[in-house]
Amino acid sequence: MLNALWNDDAGGFHPASAPDFLPDTRLREVQLRRLRAVVARAYERVELFRTRMQERQLTPDSIQGLGDIARLPFMVKTDLRDTYPFGLFASPMSDIVRLHASSGTTGKPIVVAYTQEDLNVWAEVMTRTFASCGLHRGDILQNAFGYGLFTGGLGAHYGAETLGATVIPISGGNTDRQIMVMRDFGVTALCATPSYFTYLVERAAELDADLRDMPLKVGIFGAEPWSDAMRTRIEEAAGIKAYDIYGLSEIIGPGVASECEAQSGLHVFEDHFYPEIIDPDSGEVLPDGEEGELVITTLSKKAMPVIRYRTRDITRIIPEPCACGRSIRRIRRIGRRSDDMIILRGVNVYPSQIEAALLTVEGTLPHYQIILTRDQGLDQMTVEVEITPEVFSDEVRVMEQVRARLAQAIERIIGIRVTLSLVEPRSIERSQGKAKRVIDRRGD
Amino acid sequence: MKLQQLSLFLENRPGRLDAPLEAIAAAGINILTLSLADTAQFGILRLIVRDWDKAKQVLENGGWVVNLTEVVAVDVEDKPGGLAAVLKVLDQAGVNIEYMYAFSSYRPGKAILIFRFEDPDHAVKVLLDQNIRALDSDELIHADA
Repeated sequence: MLNALWNDDAGGFHPASAPDFLPDTRLREVQLRRLRAVVARAYERVELFRTRMQERQLTPDSIQGLGDIARLPFMVKTDLRDTYPFGLFASPMSDIVRLHASSGTTGKPIVVAYTQEDLNVWAEVMTRTFASCGLHRGDILQNAFGYGLFTGGLGAHYGAETLGATVIPISGGNTDRQIMVMRDFGVTALCATPSYFTYLVERAAELDADLRDMPLKVGIFGAEPWSDAMRTRIEEAAGIKAYDIYGLSEIIGPGVASECEAQSGLHVFEDHFYPEIIDPDSGEVLPDGEEGELVITTLSKKAMPVIRYRTRDITRIIPEPCACGRSIRRIRRIGRRSDDMIILRGVNVYPSQIEAALLTVEGTLPHYQIILTRDQGLDQMTVEVEITPEVFSDEVRVMEQVRARLAQAIERIIGIRVTLSLVEPRSIERSQGKAKRVIDRRGD
Repeated sequence: MKLQQLSLFLENRPGRLDAPLEAIAAAGINILTLSLADTAQFGILRLIVRDWDKAKQVLENGGWVVNLTEVVAVDVEDKPGGLAAVLKVLDQAGVNIEYMYAFSSYRPGKAILIFRFEDPDHAVKVLLDQNIRALDSDELIHADA
């Protein structure tokens, strides 16, 4: 019946999306059953997890209800580094069919593993992701997420194939070819990081190609925080609907949560990934609706169960039901990561705030970089912003006004005066994946 | 008669001026005159060249943001008070000058002034009323010949 609905061209419902609409009581039953199983599996097979449970006099039987999850120890990124490469695996290598790794900015990467069953779950949650962004069989998807050790490319790839879309596995980079393929192949949807897509739009304009004249209608963006103001710019510049998706390698890759067509928060695929919001300082679980750090437990992962993983991403659970009818809960878009936080003279500043401020000033998609220095013991922030044809004038007075307007916009939002430096076009390095927005020279 | 002036944004760092000038030179385009406005943080290079649309193309292909502005060139007696006479005319008519620069002409005894006016059409008319004629690009190009 569900397949019949899906195969009807008018149908907007993919059978894989059924769990998105589970009644609440049924969803909690599924979660509890899976939580008990995953805790037992990790306890039996992963030394680090068993030791920490025993230190707290806990056994798998300590989990009687979903609320008991709060008794379990947290996992953090360094746990994955400390057990590098295979120390957290709960399956023998003979059952592991895929490894990915995330490049740490310092030292060793972290390694994640998948059984075939894990890959099937991954394809399922990515199918649900694409379906909730309105994609169908017949869509032509240009997948500009990087293929390789990064989870983005292959994660999106199998999900889109399972959906029945036509996948173009173009990976990141080679922007001129991306634009040619987009036009010549009649691409209707594209996956990329928002910063790379911004660059792609800019490059298309240089080549006199207007994305608004192409069949492209949906952009699926993830892997880095981006602001609502950036979304508006992207949607207008490319004539698309831009959706935010969320995921992290430690949990599975992309496919942990996704926006739906309501574009009002990201639905967490919580039958597989159980979300909690905690106070990042005390570790206490906060009620739905309160802002804090997102903690995720993989409910069905076999090769590498991850229990109560502290994501460092700051958000809140939206308790109200969504207009799209999905019953799985939503989280607010991630505007900031506690890792990205810059502490400047005692004030917390996030790159996303700077981005939002710059976008309030007339112009175009800004390329910017934040440079932190220390001068006589005092932290200084310089924001470098590339000038665009729209803001450039031959008059010094006008350019000084642009500079002042940008600096004031930032000061209004973060409450600190920064040095604003206009720089030449293309002087800030273009990223093909995650953008590097902050350069910290305070330790130099 | 108005002229097209090209403006470029430059960061105020050593060596930033070389690259655009080299790009223009490599394309075989001669610069008739230029002016550089600078602040502590950035500079604006203004150029008048023989073949402005080609120069604009070359610079844009090189990644510079190029702004095209209409300016007005007039020649004055190259002697004390030559500039003052023109400024007086403009002042009396209430014409606002955004900025200006000057260079010596090919014709003995003449200097050329380049004006960026808020309203160039109005300025040209005011000057003409006092028999001060704006030069066209050919006259400037001959200055270079």
